[in-house]
Amino acid sequence: MVLAQARIETRLLLRNGEQLVLALVLPLLVLVIGATTGNLLDLGPGRRIDILAPGVLALAVLSTSFTSVAIATGFERRYGVLKRLGATPLPRHGLLAGKTLAVMAVESVQVLLVGLVSLMLGWAPVGGPAAVVAGLIVLLLGTAAFTALGLALAGSLRAEATLALANLVYVLLLVGGAVIVPLARYPQTIQPLVALLPSGALAQGLRDVSAGAGVPFAACMVLLAWCAVGGLVAARTFRWE
Amino acid sequence: MRYGEVAAVDTLSTQLPASQVTAVVGPNGAGKTTTLETCEGFRRPQAGTVRVLGLDPARDAAKLRPRVGVMLQSGGAWTGCRVHEALRHAAALHAHPLDVDALVERLGLGSCGSTSYRRLSGGQQQRLGLAMAIVGRPELVFLDEPTAGLDPQARRMTWELVRELRDGGVTVVLATHFLDEAEQLADRVIVIDHGRIIAAGSPGELTATGAENTVRFTAVAGLDMHDLRSALPAGCTVQEVTPGGYLVTGPVDPALIATLTAWCAARGVLAQSLAVERRSLEDVFIELTGRELRP
Repeated sequence: MVLAQARIETRLLLRNGEQLVLALVLPLLVLVIGATTGNLLDLGPGRRIDILAPGVLALAVLSTSFTSVAIATGFERRYGVLKRLGATPLPRHGLLAGKTLAVMAVESVQVLLVGLVSLMLGWAPVGGPAAVVAGLIVLLLGTAAFTALGLALAGSLRAEATLALANLVYVLLLVGGAVIVPLARYPQTIQPLVALLPSGALAQGLRDVSAGAGVPFAACMVLLAWCAVGGLVAARTFRWE
Repeated sequence: MRYGEVAAVDTLSTQLPASQVTAVVGPNGAGKTTTLETCEGFRRPQAGTVRVLGLDPARDAAKLRPRVGVMLQSGGAWTGCRVHEALRHAAALHAHPLDVDALVERLGLGSCGSTSYRRLSGGQQQRLGLAMAIVGRPELVFLDEPTAGLDPQARRMTWELVRELRDGGVTVVLATHFLDEAEQLADRVIVIDHGRIIAAGSPGELTATGAENTVRFTAVAGLDMHDLRSALPAGCTVQEVTPGGYLVTGPVDPALIATLTAWCAARGVLAQSLAVERRSLEDVFIELTGRELRP
């Protein structure tokens, strides 16, 4: 039942053109343009691709687990899909599990593609298998936090408002959330604040991991906290119709 | 069931017979959908109890959902989802679903199996909604306006399917504002208005209560009403409602028709377009609510 739900959600996510642009085209563009043009973005000291690749992975997670989930769920409620599913034997936690699996399936494709293109562009992550595991942990926590926030957004607002706000938040975090530009390049005074953003924690966590820093506990705690906040708001505000 | 200060459904007490078709009819805003949604477990009543198959629809939802099929008034499918996909997915959520391909053919959706939901016509969307409600072989189905927006042919097809469900032992509860649909399909009709039951019974009972049947005929204008009235059986009256248009009211039986035609024959009068009329559910409804049902 959960698998059937995950299957159809994945298919619909992949079929949706706008979402696909957001999920794949945009991150890959940022990656390729950022890595090949010298002075467009000031990424600070170090090899550009090593700084860019983890950030673009974070961007991919942000687009699918937050923006896509929020928009899709908002419209599912608008079109009575959630209500209709509520009348089937699929339990609510089954619906959530199905959504999570679908997000993870789409993210796997994104991570594979972004990872491959990054490696082709010269990405050289350090730390070996331990870093891969640590990276996956950060990715999972980031996915959980952003999915919870996406559901909270879709739960609180109308479908159109969700659409607008989810895209706006995506752009704002992309520009000002330490996703692509490392935290260290932000003004000293606001660095602690940006580090507390889910995007900052996710992207900086991935950058630290791929630079061989081990499991970034502080970033993980921040993501867990956002997950709790999003989960609570979603549980309180979520309506099925 | 209240929304704010408004009692959408108030004092609605009835029992629905199993393995029969019950039609809930009423004007827009009468509380049909709210009643259905309370039975479906989407809403909790603020007062009173609802039991569906002996279970509480809100509390025992997990037990009920595999046994109950629901067709919403509209929507219910992803806009980008194809007909086959949507139905296959609905089938996958149930333990012993019907054959999806057969159901698609049955509902005349075969030609649009790979069309996405948003490109379907209103009638096709309705039929897909119906298919999704019954694909899990439910014991009980709730259909909210199942034939709204259907062409006459598709409507008949839906009626046939509902009758088949009933004959197969399924209990059907349908909300409709088509009274002919209720008359055609239902074993039992519940008329609600302002959230209250104002009449209930079989279509036959509802149309018969308090209703003398009528006979209408046309003939030359100015027949002697007094003479005809005295010829008719006791309890019957007749009047010329329009010039040459006559209305006989009373218990209609073969003897009344014979008396009527004999009286005409004796006077060399040809009674044209003589028709026995019975009240339709529509007439009953207008009488009960004082207004037309259709918006």
